[in-house]
Amino acid sequence: MSTFGARILASAGQGTLDPSFSLLAPGASANAGRTDALFIALLVLCGGMAIVIATLIVVFSFRYRRHAVVDRGNQASGESAGEIRLEIAWTVTPLLIFLGIFAWSTWDYIRTTRTPADALPVYVVAKQWMWKLQQRTGRREINELHVPLGQPVRLVMTSQDVIHSFFVPAFRLKQDVVPGRYTTLSFTATRLGEFHLFCAEYCGSEHSMMLGRVVVMMPADFSRWLAAGPNEPGLAERGFALYRSRGCSGCHEPGSTVHAPSLAGLIGRTVHLQDGRSLVADENYVRDSVLLPLKDVVAGFDPVMPSFAGQLDEEEIAAIVAYIRSTSDASEGRR
Amino acid sequence: MSYLDDGYTLRSWLTTHDHKRIAILYAIAITGFFFIGGAAATLIRLELATPAGDLVSHDTYNKLFTAHGVIMVWLFLIPSIPSVMGNFVLPLMIGARDLAFPRLNLLSWYLYMGGGILTLAALFLGGVDTGWTFYTPYSTMFSNSYVLLTLTGVFIVGFSSILTGLNFIVTVHTLRVPGMGWFQLPLFVWAIYATSAILVLATPVLAITLLLVAAERLFQIGVFDPAYGGDPLLFQHMFWFYSHPAVYIMVLPAMGLVSEIVPCFARKRIFGYRFMAYAILGIASIGFLVWGHHMFVSGQSMTASLVFSLLSFVVAVPSAIKVFNWTATLYKGSIRFDAPMLYALGFVGLFTIGGLTGLILAALAVDVHLTDTYFVVSHFHYIMVGGSVMAYFGGLHFWWPKVTGRLYSGVWARIAAVIMFIGFNLTFFPQYVLGYQGMPRRYHAYPPEFQVLNILSSAGASVLAIGYLLPLVYFAVSLWRGERAGANPWGATGLEWQTASPPPTHNFDTEPAAPKTVYGYDAEADARLAARGAPASTERAEA
Repeated sequence: MSTFGARILASAGQGTLDPSFSLLAPGASANAGRTDALFIALLVLCGGMAIVIATLIVVFSFRYRRHAVVDRGNQASGESAGEIRLEIAWTVTPLLIFLGIFAWSTWDYIRTTRTPADALPVYVVAKQWMWKLQQRTGRREINELHVPLGQPVRLVMTSQDVIHSFFVPAFRLKQDVVPGRYTTLSFTATRLGEFHLFCAEYCGSEHSMMLGRVVVMMPADFSRWLAAGPNEPGLAERGFALYRSRGCSGCHEPGSTVHAPSLAGLIGRTVHLQDGRSLVADENYVRDSVLLPLKDVVAGFDPVMPSFAGQLDEEEIAAIVAYIRSTSDASEGRR
Repeated sequence: MSYLDDGYTLRSWLTTHDHKRIAILYAIAITGFFFIGGAAATLIRLELATPAGDLVSHDTYNKLFTAHGVIMVWLFLIPSIPSVMGNFVLPLMIGARDLAFPRLNLLSWYLYMGGGILTLAALFLGGVDTGWTFYTPYSTMFSNSYVLLTLTGVFIVGFSSILTGLNFIVTVHTLRVPGMGWFQLPLFVWAIYATSAILVLATPVLAITLLLVAAERLFQIGVFDPAYGGDPLLFQHMFWFYSHPAVYIMVLPAMGLVSEIVPCFARKRIFGYRFMAYAILGIASIGFLVWGHHMFVSGQSMTASLVFSLLSFVVAVPSAIKVFNWTATLYKGSIRFDAPMLYALGFVGLFTIGGLTGLILAALAVDVHLTDTYFVVSHFHYIMVGGSVMAYFGGLHFWWPKVTGRLYSGVWARIAAVIMFIGFNLTFFPQYVLGYQGMPRRYHAYPPEFQVLNILSSAGASVLAIGYLLPLVYFAVSLWRGERAGANPWGATGLEWQTASPPPTHNFDTEPAAPKTVYGYDAEADARLAARGAPASTERAEA
């Protein structure tokens, strides 16, 4: 989205962590409007159905109360043809309506989960009871996430201990953060300001203290903010250093004497495995290959890679993943 | 001689094989658990009246909502209608002298009590803080609380469920009075039958899951904890494979009960009887295929989420059919508003709201925002408390005269029904709004903008509490000096009303004949009687 478009959206008002009551805080992400529209439509539909049923119950209860003098004729003793038609009608009609809702919500959901290729990656590690986040440049944050307005962001998340859940109500989005794998969440912020970040999956004693905030900034401000951070190497650079120092390069570099697959441009590539399966390599694939190398052995290679489980912490694995991803970005750039 | 006079000693009760006495044993235990679970809820609502976590510590709060969930789900809701009312009236409704396996029935009660006491012991020794869902790896590796003892308690209670379910299934198959076909069964029998099938099929999966959690906690075997090579989502799949059908264990019997009460007080056969029976079977079977809708944001694959979302919409159809049929039963009826009817109508209203908000949650795009917020909390309380508990009270008021042989104060019973209905809505409706605003569940402290609605909810809970306490008073008065009820005070058609109140030990002095039709009510005749000025009580005596 252009900066100009972002400015227009931003003029709709800034989000703040306002402690005063409001019935429904406006959404602050590209999908929030869609989610609100669907929710309101469902509310009207379901509210309408509830009102119709309640009205019928009240009207029948009054009209056919015991002492009312009213026509009660036509008390068929069995199920008449009319009754069966009615049953079929009120079976099929709700089913069709429900399928319609399903189609609408699924369409929205698929749009929400689709990630643009140029999304800004942020690596998130959750632990009892804090959020640790790291931008691509290596700038780290705790319990705060700064993102630029109008630019897609993709969170790559894992947990060091139990299951947590990354929940930003203003974005109308949440995603569980699960130990032992990456989950991802992508969004595009459309309002400037600060928004609540909650942990939504119960994670122990201080679950309700595992709070943070998401700060949405103008892209230029965001760039300044990124640059102002302590001068740390970028995440991919750190990953490259680990790739060298932990010996990955000894086998995976093209000139190596060990027969190991090349990792350049791996993420996004289709990988054919020894057991006949094939998959599209993503962050989870890289992660599993580092920690559980026997899980997905590439066709044509011997299963000789040792496991690095217990030798790398989550942030180091994230750095290696970021490095391998950066090789894809570079090869795409050349094309 | 009535079953109540068949021995007065404690021993005669604790060694009884009579399904009616076992039902009373369950009723007493369940009432105790209900109020213990309710006390935990009271403390939760008190804590949430202010945004700061100031009344109890966060660990205590976590133990309170866990205790509330564990007690209400396994020690109250799951056994409530099946084990109390199913036990008491199921054999009577089909003209049987007892359940198929009376000794097994008593064993069920002892297992239930044993498991229940272990669970309570865990809570009183120091509590458990995993939530009733025992999510891994928190429950297996991280929680420092009485997880194993609680698991053991729930595990044992599960066997009580399985045995009771088995007993009901065999009873319905083999002990129907000669001439009573499947489509002459009251819908309550259908509902208990379908519930029993779920109990027998789903509970073993819970038992396996809990055993694996215990094994991982004890021996670090690495089934669920990724640190040992396990998969935490596997736990969620196994847990919800039981716990979603368990929702239907809790609500199907309530639906059956309402299907008894509405025709009786509308004096009209139930509309669409066969469709009602099919809907029960439909819910029970499709209900096994929707568990993944608890896991839309868990990291399961998108394909899985789409399929579970679709099936969740499909399972809503039979519930909709039931609501339409109850409503249509009122049409051209001759409706009386005695207490059981008020509870039943309350059920229909609250269940409808709970069901419709379930549709909203089944919609993937919206669920991503709403799951794990108070919207979900409110949704399942509308079904479980607004629905099942309301129906449980409806059943208590409907069969109380049959069980005790005495009437209760109709006025007070109606007042309690209205208070419960209002108090329930005041408590839980604000939670829907809170959920959409984004308040996560299981929060001990919360940002200040959520306070207004939390205060409304806590205030409503105090009204609801009055509604729940009132029946204790007028039922006690009824036992002490209630008017004699007679065999059939409501003029109902079920076989259970064709024997004395309270029934003799062997249920029927002479074997009843199978009725030609089920729900053979006649609204026209009833209205003619009413028009002649016959008060309801005269007609009751005639009936």
